[in-house]
Amino acid sequence: MTALVTRPLAALGAAVLAALATVGRVTLFALTAFRHIVTPPFYGREFLHALMTVGYLSLPVVGLTAVFTGGALALQIYAGGSRFSAEQVVPQIVALGVVRELGPVMVGLMIAARVTSSIAAEIATMKVTEQIDALVTLSTDPMKYLTAPRVFAGLVTLPLLVAVGDTIGVFGGWFVSTQSLGFNPATYLKNTIDFLEPADIISSLVKGAAFGVIATLMGCYFGMHSGRGAQGVGRATKSSVVAAAVLILAANFLLTQAFFTT
Amino acid sequence: MISLKNVHKAFGSKEILRGVDLDVAKGESCVIIGGSGTGKSVMLKCILGLIKPDQGMISVAGEDITTTGDRDAFLARFGMLFQGAALFDSLPVWQNVAFRLLRGSLKRPKAEARDIAIEKLRRVGLGPDVADLFPAELSGGMQKRVGLARAIAADPEIIFFDEPTTGLDPIMAGVINELIREIVVEMGATALTITHDMTSVRAIADKVAMLHGGKIRWHGPVSEMDGADDPYLTQFITGSPDGPIETLR
Repeated sequence: MTALVTRPLAALGAAVLAALATVGRVTLFALTAFRHIVTPPFYGREFLHALMTVGYLSLPVVGLTAVFTGGALALQIYAGGSRFSAEQVVPQIVALGVVRELGPVMVGLMIAARVTSSIAAEIATMKVTEQIDALVTLSTDPMKYLTAPRVFAGLVTLPLLVAVGDTIGVFGGWFVSTQSLGFNPATYLKNTIDFLEPADIISSLVKGAAFGVIATLMGCYFGMHSGRGAQGVGRATKSSVVAAAVLILAANFLLTQAFFTT
Repeated sequence: MISLKNVHKAFGSKEILRGVDLDVAKGESCVIIGGSGTGKSVMLKCILGLIKPDQGMISVAGEDITTTGDRDAFLARFGMLFQGAALFDSLPVWQNVAFRLLRGSLKRPKAEARDIAIEKLRRVGLGPDVADLFPAELSGGMQKRVGLARAIAADPEIIFFDEPTTGLDPIMAGVINELIREIVVEMGATALTITHDMTSVRAIADKVAMLHGGKIRWHGPVSEMDGADDPYLTQFITGSPDGPIETLR
């Protein structure tokens, strides 16, 4: 009888302890990564390579995501606004929606899909094939050589990608509004620019930086802690993308609360 | 040169090493034999500090590896050839070989590092045309040679070979064995090899140690191996399914 009560509690306790241990491990991993970012030696080549793969090569997917999201948002706001004769707010709401929320979140999620998965799979494969051990025997710290350049590249490039995504998203809304909803191009742009405030743009870029760190950190963490064999690599990749996506959405909520609820 | 005293290591409830004692003298080539899963690789990784033993002491050149201050300098004494070569896919062959010479305390100018890499590649029988290829473009035997060139690139005092002939055809395995023997003698290095390829043992070893049940079961010169009065060792050497070593069928 007592076992019936204690067994679920023990299972719950074990799950909570395991979750807390994971949070602790990820936090320590993040702190170690940041320490390596600011202490020499620095691996410039690896950082430039990470800049290319995390940032530059993500531009097409970010651009495509943003343009369609902006366009769809304009159509939705026009259709919704027309129910109470507020169609004219399309430029303002598109700007607000894209810059404050959809731009950074969509870019963050696309980076989680494109970059986090690729980092996790690459590092996990390196672990499985003993390349990480080889790095250590060659007097090179894998955290410094593999993690630090990628996380720093995420921190630096994601705000830029978000800025590009925001601009293209607003352009997507402008294009749809002027081509099929009858808006005047110049007035639309003027309304957009007049409506946006510096805080909107700053929040967007800060979110980008946070999402960049989350996406790259999750890829590195799950790659470094991958299990053995092809299954281990697959599991690490899947877990990294899920963790990055969930943490990005959670961080987005917390940052929105911090920026806009005072 | 390398000394292990009562080294224990367990993963969860699974005890892998249960008190390993082993001494490898300077300039000696010692080969560790033993079945799959007996902890040969774990032992090697414990010496390198990649895995921390639960108990016991490991020293290299009289220095306890857990108290060694400069880890960079400690690791610079070692070269290692990994089982699957463990070459870095993203780097061309010459940068793999010269990896240690392109960064850290042993850093040299790029051109000099490349020259050394090409010289080491030549030493393992590969031409300069291989230098700019990527590891994925090489056969298994060539990858092992590149791995060997990387292991000797910084002229280490101690070289570890983890299953150097696994996955190679018998002729290529023979070539790699010969290369290892030549290079170890030429460099005067201390070598520790783990393998279950008995041809490799006879070609490379001065001394042989058999790891079984988490302990060194037999240790002696390779010349005494065949006449040794140890049923475990005899079963392993002859590859007989019948004997004291349990086998799954």
